[in-house]
Amino acid sequence: MAERTLRGKTAIAGIGETIYYKHGQSPDSEFKLALQAIVKACEDAGISPHEVDGFASYGNDRSDGPRLAAALGVKELKFSNMFWGGGGGGVCGAVGNASAAVATGMADCVIAFRSLAQGQYARYGRSGAAAAVMGDDAFLFPYGVMSPAQRFAMKITRFMHDHGIKQEALRGIAMACYHHAQKNPNAVMRGRELDEAKYDASRWIIEPFHHLYDCCQENDGAAAVVVVPAERAKDMKNKAAYVMACGQGGDHRSAAPVHNMPNYPSSHFGKLAPRMYEMAKMKPSDMGIVQCYENFTGGVLMSLIEHGMVKPEEANEVLVKSNLIVEGGKMPLNTSGGNLAECYMHGLELVIEATRQIRGTAINQVKNNDAAIIMGGPMVTPVSSLILGSEATL
Amino acid sequence: MSGFYLPNGLPTPSSGPDGLSQPYWDGTREKKLRIQKCNGCGSWQWGPEWICHRCHSFDLSWQEIQGKGRIYSYQRPHHPVHTALNGHGPYIAVLVELPDYGNIRMVGNLLGDPLQTVTIGAAVEAVFEPHDDAKPPYTLVQWKTV
Repeated sequence: MAERTLRGKTAIAGIGETIYYKHGQSPDSEFKLALQAIVKACEDAGISPHEVDGFASYGNDRSDGPRLAAALGVKELKFSNMFWGGGGGGVCGAVGNASAAVATGMADCVIAFRSLAQGQYARYGRSGAAAAVMGDDAFLFPYGVMSPAQRFAMKITRFMHDHGIKQEALRGIAMACYHHAQKNPNAVMRGRELDEAKYDASRWIIEPFHHLYDCCQENDGAAAVVVVPAERAKDMKNKAAYVMACGQGGDHRSAAPVHNMPNYPSSHFGKLAPRMYEMAKMKPSDMGIVQCYENFTGGVLMSLIEHGMVKPEEANEVLVKSNLIVEGGKMPLNTSGGNLAECYMHGLELVIEATRQIRGTAINQVKNNDAAIIMGGPMVTPVSSLILGSEATL
Repeated sequence: MSGFYLPNGLPTPSSGPDGLSQPYWDGTREKKLRIQKCNGCGSWQWGPEWICHRCHSFDLSWQEIQGKGRIYSYQRPHHPVHTALNGHGPYIAVLVELPDYGNIRMVGNLLGDPLQTVTIGAAVEAVFEPHDDAKPPYTLVQWKTV
């Protein structure tokens, strides 16, 4: 029986992003932003949007596949897919699902995308809760545990406590993201450098461990990638970024109600990461490019550890800005600025940046650019991760 | 002052149309803390679900337990995310582990000075906070150090 794997069977052949805005500043509607990103991704791939035959998204994206297909004049819709779960846990999963559809012949050219205009709908950082709440929320909201930061803070508190990790490790992550945004013309936080003093003086969002700069932005924008069969990608306009592996899911009962998941202080990648590396036939040290979803810097910390990129006992020493930036860093992180400083495009901007890095066209280009790991949506359930590679990794 | 830990105006708890958690909320009105216990395998289960995740029995009872635990984790939010919290200042939420009941965990506020030092592992006990004037009335479960 043939090996069941995604490894090397599909590739990202096109990438597209809108202008990224602070929430409320987009002149265009969320659905129009989605269309703009998809059209740009098709242009980048050198194909017509008429050729697209599938859509995959996550985070309950409001721009649904059938409407997109109609608006774009898609000839025939063959795949229309939504990844369950909130937050950006599905970012890599959407690319993986698009790849699965293409690899199995269900579809031939699938867009994985996210459109999100928080200024036009609810902001994630504000509670839009009704007067009465039910389900899990009933056990949290009356106690002031409402926003994503508040839902996840106690995981981070406990993890930092268990491993003796200090605030400075989180500061290093935030500073690296802001550093990389400074050269990126599409980064919302361009022109706003972050140094130690500014970080330390920033207000508490939540004690301990969540200063203002540990938290992602709220933005308006859209981003899309084009997934096609690997053999087709080889001859297309841009250098292909091959999908080497995708992992998605959660630990044992990681969605247990009222914070009762057995492995509580976790980003929930612990079981997923080894099977993803196995599919890719790669190891953590092969990853020259590291893109990790920052909802909160504590989530990045746990993701890096659970993907084997950093040992917990070394986190205080390794997670300093000089190690995490392109200029001489051992593990360049979030090289376009990420959710913290480029745009909270729900992590899809990280997939796009990883693709640019593999092509060799990134603004902050990494030299060792054959393999990239992207980690999506730490601490939510389900989460997902992705490994992309150049032709040399096949 | 309301006599409540957090100001009035925050969302109020409801068991929802399926009624899954109604026995818990009925219990807190009587100042009793009740969680699920499986009649099939004897395991404690929290939060509520229709089935036992261990033995898959649907025969789950609601048993009264002692509100004694230890702080497993905590947070002190400063930034108000709901209009009812504007101008209120920091407050403490705790995740409490109950060692006598299969280490299930509960979320509540830690009563007392919102700026107090919180110690992971500290012993706490449950305190009922009735909201009798709410429509419908409900009672929250808070925690204090012992």
